[in-house]
Amino acid sequence: MIARLFEGLPPRALILLAVLFAAALAAPLIASDYLLTVLILIFYFAYLGQAWNIMMGFAGQLSLGHALYVGLGAYVTASLFVFFGVAPWIGLLAAVPIAGLAGAFIGFLAFRFRVGGVYFAILTIAVAEFARLGFDHLSWTNGSAGLFLPVKQYASNDLWTLRGHPVMFYYLLLAASIFALVVCRALLKSRIGYFWLAIREDEQAARAAGIDTFHYKMLAVVISAAMTSFAGVLYAFYYNNLFPEQVFHISRSIEIILAPIVGGVGTLFGPILGAFILTGLAETLTTALAAAGIDMPGAKQVFYGVCLLLVIVALPDGVWPWLKARLGLKETQP
Amino acid sequence: MSAFLKVDGISKRFRGLIAVDRLSFEVPQGGIYAVIGPNGAGKTTLFNTIAGVYPPEGGEIEFLGERIDGLREDEICRRGVGRTFQIVRPFPALTVEENVTVGALLRHHHVADARRRAVAILERLDIADKRTQRASALTLPDRKRLEVARALATEPKLLLLDEVMAGLRPTETDRLVGILREINREAGLTILLIEHVMRAVMALAARILVLHHGAAIAEGAPEEVVRDPAVIHSYLGAEEV
Amino acid sequence: MPFSIYLNVAVGGVLTGLVYGLMALGLSVIFGVVRVVNFAHGEMMTVAMYIAITLFAAFQLDPLVMLVPIAAVLFVFGYALQKGLINAFITRPEHTQFLLLVAIATILVNVLLIVFGPDARSVQVSYAFDSFEIGPLIVDATKLYAALAAVAVTALLFAFFQYTALGTAIRACADNYTGALVVGLDVKHLYALTFGLGAACVGAAGVMLVLIADVTPAIGPAYTLLAFVIVITGGLGSMPGALLGGVLIGLTEAMAGLLFTPSAKSMFAFAILVLVLLFRPQGILGKRPA
Repeated sequence: MIARLFEGLPPRALILLAVLFAAALAAPLIASDYLLTVLILIFYFAYLGQAWNIMMGFAGQLSLGHALYVGLGAYVTASLFVFFGVAPWIGLLAAVPIAGLAGAFIGFLAFRFRVGGVYFAILTIAVAEFARLGFDHLSWTNGSAGLFLPVKQYASNDLWTLRGHPVMFYYLLLAASIFALVVCRALLKSRIGYFWLAIREDEQAARAAGIDTFHYKMLAVVISAAMTSFAGVLYAFYYNNLFPEQVFHISRSIEIILAPIVGGVGTLFGPILGAFILTGLAETLTTALAAAGIDMPGAKQVFYGVCLLLVIVALPDGVWPWLKARLGLKETQP
Repeated sequence: MSAFLKVDGISKRFRGLIAVDRLSFEVPQGGIYAVIGPNGAGKTTLFNTIAGVYPPEGGEIEFLGERIDGLREDEICRRGVGRTFQIVRPFPALTVEENVTVGALLRHHHVADARRRAVAILERLDIADKRTQRASALTLPDRKRLEVARALATEPKLLLLDEVMAGLRPTETDRLVGILREINREAGLTILLIEHVMRAVMALAARILVLHHGAAIAEGAPEEVVRDPAVIHSYLGAEEV
Repeated sequence: MPFSIYLNVAVGGVLTGLVYGLMALGLSVIFGVVRVVNFAHGEMMTVAMYIAITLFAAFQLDPLVMLVPIAAVLFVFGYALQKGLINAFITRPEHTQFLLLVAIATILVNVLLIVFGPDARSVQVSYAFDSFEIGPLIVDATKLYAALAAVAVTALLFAFFQYTALGTAIRACADNYTGALVVGLDVKHLYALTFGLGAACVGAAGVMLVLIADVTPAIGPAYTLLAFVIVITGGLGSMPGALLGGVLIGLTEAMAGLLFTPSAKSMFAFAILVLVLLFRPQGILGKRPA
């Protein structure tokens, strides 16, 4: 089965993959503390981008409210930990279904009532905003004052309660990104993947070919939501504080979609490449500004906006397809 | 004994326009049945109601003894009705093989299995050599055959072909006619086709239904229908022929 | 609570709603004609608001006096944006156009943040605390003037579309793109014109809103969303619908702010959006697609 995942890849690609994997494993050994935080951010967005990509790149549904699932994952596990001492890996068992349900709710609203395209995007924005305002007023989780996780001085890494050095989070996110990659590739090659692509390309023609489009669109939304919530868990336990205003904000949702769009929607490596490019450049920008003594909150966002604009105008399919052609890595599947 | 496909008194309006007007006819199993008529006669609307794009207003549609009016498009496809579109709708970014595999996956859940069947159908329709090409890169005749292939992959008992010959040169038309005849004969697939290209209609159809302003004005064997004065009148106007 | 408080809040909500209506009208016009979903709508309005604030701070000019020039500036901006950037995207898939405007919105918001900072600004006109007493009603002067201005601009817009040759040409484009081309209309120019008009509307609305509310860069996205809720509720493509939706939302917001907490008032707007999308997706006055 593992072999089937690699079928169709030219040898050059396999070598490249192996090299990149080795580099990623070794990175924390040579990286500075700052660079490590940047790498963590990169893999965080790489993972999120993959999860979002399932809905958009595979099933063709534009979601601009993915921060909802991140927030749900974060708040559920954090609350369970802070108030009941439940470890995050157990908390996941509650958080993932809840996020999946939220996705199912949105999907049901949208697909049952034929809300598509741009209207769907607006619906996702609205629900995320609703959650943001809702959590702002939710006294159980301290509302807008924020939820804080207890941070103790730790000498060792506790994987079970996710208390530990950033290195632990790095490897977790690396593993998650690879897991997402594997899952996406497996899905794409499966019956579900074929149906998703058909729906993405032409939904009515897909129906005429016997595909229950409602069912498969729901599947995409639920899987995407569930996967996204895991990132929320890591977010909560890494930053140790949660504010509805930040976690559910539309800027977070837009950040999530940037990497896959820049990298290449619907491709497997697009989100990862996009995360490297965007976060790498953004952090460089921030560092440069800081070095020059300029404090410009918002500069990074302007940069993101400009990147998005440039990609849409000049390279609408994303950087990865262009790069793949340059590197001579053409294969039968994206 | 129930008919293979029975359309009974169906109508369809769009705002003020009556596209189909209390239409009734039956299609027997195993034959090739053509629906012709001038533009705007309601032919595609008829197909759309049978295929489930929208339900008819009033009347019933029965397929294999069960009512299918009001069912969703994908449900009707699963019951055994395949269709092509008047303006071809391939999945543009997918390859020819992938396009047909999507159809085959309806009945064969195993991807490798479905792919094999897809290739077999591609060979039947003589486009297997283009299987790794993107659908968006195909010429129109090839896209038409792809559309037929995809519909065939869903293993229908009834195939609805909507103006599948339009835009083809005579040699291509003959080729496709030959393929359709073969499939009808060998697999016993019933075909209901909308056509303007009389060459194909006369070569294929055992019976013809003529529509005009949404209603049937003639039905019968090809030789009778083309001599029917009402039919000639609808196509050419009131001039003496 | 005495009935008069409900009444006053309701009236205040309706007046504010008229301004919202004008804002949403701009969005509706753009979508109805150019078929582009302007995700940068609220952000463009925020730009207008900041212009008003800056001019007020510098020259003590009443926003309503600056209405026309600011609307004109927004018109030029909208025209240029459509002609220069968006026109090329008319034939691209819907979500690509949408994302283009998301990018523009992001840039606008954050440039405003860089230039003006995150703190709230407002305009204190001389009549900021005046009010009129009409029977049991106590109406804020600022809200009343803003609402009157909104009604005036809306009437002008209706007249433009109904009675001028240019307005008719634009309506023709909206109705039938190919037909308009065939008849010799310069559709690209008309599109740009329409986007400019939509921008001018939202600019005017912004100037009026400055009298009523505080401004931070962050309100841009919030108003974009509000505009969408209004337009979808009232009916996409229906100009009276936008006004109706505006009033409805203004009213709902005000009453929700009174009955629950003020900061939760947007939640009701979103709840309405969900309900409308579910049960009457074409909106109250919209037309059911054939």
